[in-house]
Amino acid sequence: MSRAADWGLRIAGIGAALLLVTLILAALGTSPAQAFRLIWDGAVGSPAKFAYVLTAWAPVLLCAAGLLLTFAAGLWNIGIEGQVVMGAIFVTGMLRLTQDVLPPAAALFLAALAGIVGGALWAALAGVLRLYGQVNEIFGGLGLNFIAGSLTVYLVLGPWKRAGIGSTSGTQPFPPKLWLPPILPGINVSLVEIVVGLAAIVLVCLALRGTYFGLRLKAIGKNLRSAFLLGVPTERHMLAAFALCGALAGLAGWVLVVGTSSRHQLFPLISGGYGFLGILVVLLANLNALWSIPISLFFAAISMGSLQLALQAQLDSSLGGVIQGLLVLAVLIVGGIRSRLAAASSERTARSR
Amino acid sequence: MDIVTFAAVVLAASPPIIFAVIGETITEKAGVINLSLDGSILLTAMTAFVVALTTNNLILGCLAGMAVGAAIALIIAFASLTLKQPQVATGFVLTLLCRDLAYVLGNPYSRVPGPQVPHTPIPGLMNLPVIGPILFDQNPVVYLSLVLIVLTWAYMYKTQPGLKLQGLGEKPAATYVRGVNVNRMRYVYTAVGGALVGLGGAAFSLLVKPGWARPYGIEGTGWIALAIVIFGGWRPLRAAAGAYFFVLLQMLANTLQSALPSVPTQVFPTLPFPLMILTLVLVTLGNADWVNRLLNRLPEGVARWLRRTIKALQTSPPAALGTVWEKQ
Amino acid sequence: MRVELREIHKRFGSVHANNGITLKVTPGTIHGLLGENGAGKSTLMKILNGFIAADSGEILLDGKPVTMTSPAQAVALGVGMLYQDPLDFPALTVLDNFVLGCSPALVPDRRRARRDLRDLCSQFDFTLDPDAHVSDLSIGERQQLEIVRLLWLGARTLVLDEPTTAISAQQRDKLFVALRKLAEGGKSVIFVSHKLEEVETLCDEVTVLSRGRVTGHAQQPYSTEKLVQMMFGQDIPRVRRQVQLVTTAEPLLRLERVTVSDWRLEIRNLNLDVMPGEVIGMAGLEGSGQLLLLQACCGLRPPTSGRIWLAGKDVTGQSYHRLRAAGVAYMPAGRLEEGLIADMTLTEHLALAEYQGGFFVDWPQAAQSAARGIERYHIKGQPTSRVEELSGGNQQRTLLALLPSQLQLLLMEHPTRGLDVESAEHIWGLLLERTQQGTAIIFLSSDLDELLDRSDRILVFFGGRVSAPLNARQINVEQLGELIGGKGFGGGGADESRG
Repeated sequence: MSRAADWGLRIAGIGAALLLVTLILAALGTSPAQAFRLIWDGAVGSPAKFAYVLTAWAPVLLCAAGLLLTFAAGLWNIGIEGQVVMGAIFVTGMLRLTQDVLPPAAALFLAALAGIVGGALWAALAGVLRLYGQVNEIFGGLGLNFIAGSLTVYLVLGPWKRAGIGSTSGTQPFPPKLWLPPILPGINVSLVEIVVGLAAIVLVCLALRGTYFGLRLKAIGKNLRSAFLLGVPTERHMLAAFALCGALAGLAGWVLVVGTSSRHQLFPLISGGYGFLGILVVLLANLNALWSIPISLFFAAISMGSLQLALQAQLDSSLGGVIQGLLVLAVLIVGGIRSRLAAASSERTARSR
Repeated sequence: MDIVTFAAVVLAASPPIIFAVIGETITEKAGVINLSLDGSILLTAMTAFVVALTTNNLILGCLAGMAVGAAIALIIAFASLTLKQPQVATGFVLTLLCRDLAYVLGNPYSRVPGPQVPHTPIPGLMNLPVIGPILFDQNPVVYLSLVLIVLTWAYMYKTQPGLKLQGLGEKPAATYVRGVNVNRMRYVYTAVGGALVGLGGAAFSLLVKPGWARPYGIEGTGWIALAIVIFGGWRPLRAAAGAYFFVLLQMLANTLQSALPSVPTQVFPTLPFPLMILTLVLVTLGNADWVNRLLNRLPEGVARWLRRTIKALQTSPPAALGTVWEKQ
Repeated sequence: MRVELREIHKRFGSVHANNGITLKVTPGTIHGLLGENGAGKSTLMKILNGFIAADSGEILLDGKPVTMTSPAQAVALGVGMLYQDPLDFPALTVLDNFVLGCSPALVPDRRRARRDLRDLCSQFDFTLDPDAHVSDLSIGERQQLEIVRLLWLGARTLVLDEPTTAISAQQRDKLFVALRKLAEGGKSVIFVSHKLEEVETLCDEVTVLSRGRVTGHAQQPYSTEKLVQMMFGQDIPRVRRQVQLVTTAEPLLRLERVTVSDWRLEIRNLNLDVMPGEVIGMAGLEGSGQLLLLQACCGLRPPTSGRIWLAGKDVTGQSYHRLRAAGVAYMPAGRLEEGLIADMTLTEHLALAEYQGGFFVDWPQAAQSAARGIERYHIKGQPTSRVEELSGGNQQRTLLALLPSQLQLLLMEHPTRGLDVESAEHIWGLLLERTQQGTAIIFLSSDLDELLDRSDRILVFFGGRVSAPLNARQINVEQLGELIGGKGFGGGGADESRG
């Protein structure tokens, strides 16, 4: 297949996805042009709005970075949502312990470590269930997601209840000294979030390309048996992939608690679907680390931009999710068509030889 | 509440899960995983409600739900059986996509009152002691769910096409040798299973949780249905038992709430979820090497007893589940 | 039924699996199809059965040309086949297996089926419980089930592909009695095997295949020597390995009453001493226990009893990775299934295989290693080539290039399969260099010349039994061929095996 035809197919796939979105909007009686403009304005209409996109970008980057490791090893870490939540729980716990006794910077640093530990432990549990309990990581992970969710609700309403208020809205918000500082006044995004997110994905990219750890994970993902025979301690590496992914998810939990424009508290559904969004990003990037960077920014922009739809066009903000989902589905299907065409053409050349 | 009323309430709340679980059991029995249940159920529930509302016809609503469910399943079948893309990836993307699509398309119909399946006790039979109020003082959807369980069981184990269905998931090559067009039949059963999942969605929005809203309040149930299929060992009767067990747990959680006022109420509805996962660990335990090694070390009497218990609980999937078959 | 195959050709990529094969089967006879693994027997039978289509050639049943489009159609035309791995459903019951696919009726008549099954079984002295699950049956019983099922469906020709590989002697006898009875009843039986002895005792006629061609045809009474020649070709005398072994006091590897088993085979109480620098060849039909021994030696399959010593140290039960670190390497035969990783380059493979600790991959060095391997093992490819792009022979060379340079013990499956004579010579030159540094090699092969030429001693495996080590200088191809076919193993218990 020629390069041009290959790219043509990809573009056709994306075009089909966008066409479907347009049809859905038309069916709802909304002008597609207006909807797309609302999303655009909502995402990049003003520096403040773009700052929101950047704050959403950070947790997606962190989750995508972690998932690149588990996907490399051929693992479906659907438990990532729970790992984000567990990270947030550990962060909140650590901040509650240290906020009055330590300087803010130290408290924030310790909280980040706590988040990493919380996420890593939760992910390792999914790994243990998979490796030693024979529970498929998809179901083990989902179960752990539910449990993390229940635990949040319990903490918010029980031990960490706000004085005088007994609702699920969240724990007592932390004081501004425990917020990450904004880049500029009014631009509510912190350099720390962005740097942490980008650093994570760049490090993962380097690890996958340049280290034995990354090479061995890829070997496991592509052929577990061969990797084992070539001397790779497969179980240990799979557990490590889980734990590292969980650690990064836990760090995303930290961002979601202490980030500049976050709610600065623990509340139910704090993970906000960022973990699952990370899965979509990595699938769309076809497991490529560098592509994951712009794609996660793009997806964060769609997510943030579509919040405007609910406010201004009586549309549900989930339209963003629909666009993201359709894009990934289109890419999956186009990928299948491409490999079928490639197989057919290589068969032709083999036969003519 | 006495036990008979309680049983009737459990039965009345179970059709959506029963339909979804039986549908997914059929699909997976044919060797295909439709992972999209959590989204499929939401989208089909919304579709069924909107169609029933606008046409004022419950049956059209159900049919619409089934059609959408089958269409989603066919996307998975196409991507995996024809395009050889991973089933799990397509299924997962569709889970999120269908959920969001349901929220978007259903937005104008949120919290609108609509039609609902009427209560239709069966005269005569409803007056039987105990089973009358449980089984026959219900509505058509409940009756249908009961019939479906029995029919599926009979189809799967007693008929020729049912045997072939089992063969599809166990060993496609052997099924092919016996004259079955493997991929075509896998398409068919994936669609049938998806349609039943769609009926499950319709049973939510037209019966158990009438109407539509965002969030709809049943998010997560699709994942549980997938877990129940495993718990049910890919057998319709045991899967149905698992579904009833889950609904029972939900009901118990509600009851428990009043008994334990110190625990926040919002915790209880989520309890069945972790419990379901724990049971998953139990039923898959027998497949783990280290368990067998451990058992070999225990005294013979204890080991034999444990082994029997684990064996009774143990379920293993259709041997070719999730794999793609190609002749040569 | 008279079965005729004419000028059948079938290619898989560059392999000419069937190269103009013609075969005639007379009704009422048992026709043997004899040949080593890879001779093209299974392909030919799958063509007869409609499982795969021939590139060219004709199939005639009772003189009428037919086109087979599927196995189901073949059964309808009266040709039934028992596959090497039974194509049945372990999760279902015997009766369900029996009726699955039997008729278009919605609900199969189970009562009739049960009666017919019982009748057919009693005809052949089979004992099958209709309600048992097939997973609880032995392979022999599963074959019995397939035979009665196919007969029930009206098969007049029965093809059996290597049916005796995994069944007990009693079941084999029972099978043979049943097959003779079928032939007497006018049915045709095609018996595909690589076991000389069985073909000799059972078949009325034999056609021998080798490398995709018919290399001979014979009728009762047979000359074993001639059959072996047809199977393996002429014994071309080659220069054999002549190395004086250093007999140290201590063996490199010592097996002490080792018992190792998988789900169908057991090697019991094997004793063996391997000296440094020694080459041990393992002969035998595939699946006679050679692999069990290899896997036991490299830690992939811990022995159920007995002890294994490596260089004086007890290594019984140590993991594969521990033994690998101690200088034991294993080269599997699976290539892309186990051994190589599709979608990864030669450089990546070498980086994985030569991991010495450390964090960052030294890619330039790995690429150099790859280039060295390519040169040393004559691999046609680049360091950046992905392994699935290489031809089979080059994949084989890659497996060899991945072996660690410093080794105590090297365990290999089919070291030169898929290579031409010159390449094999080259590879063995490199391997023998290793033995001069004290590395011992244990390898299995189905190439008798390779076994005889390269080994110091040979172990012959037959159904889990192991011969005493034979001095490779003192036996010839014929003797080895007969041993492989089971002659000389007698009917005694496996306990006799010792080294």
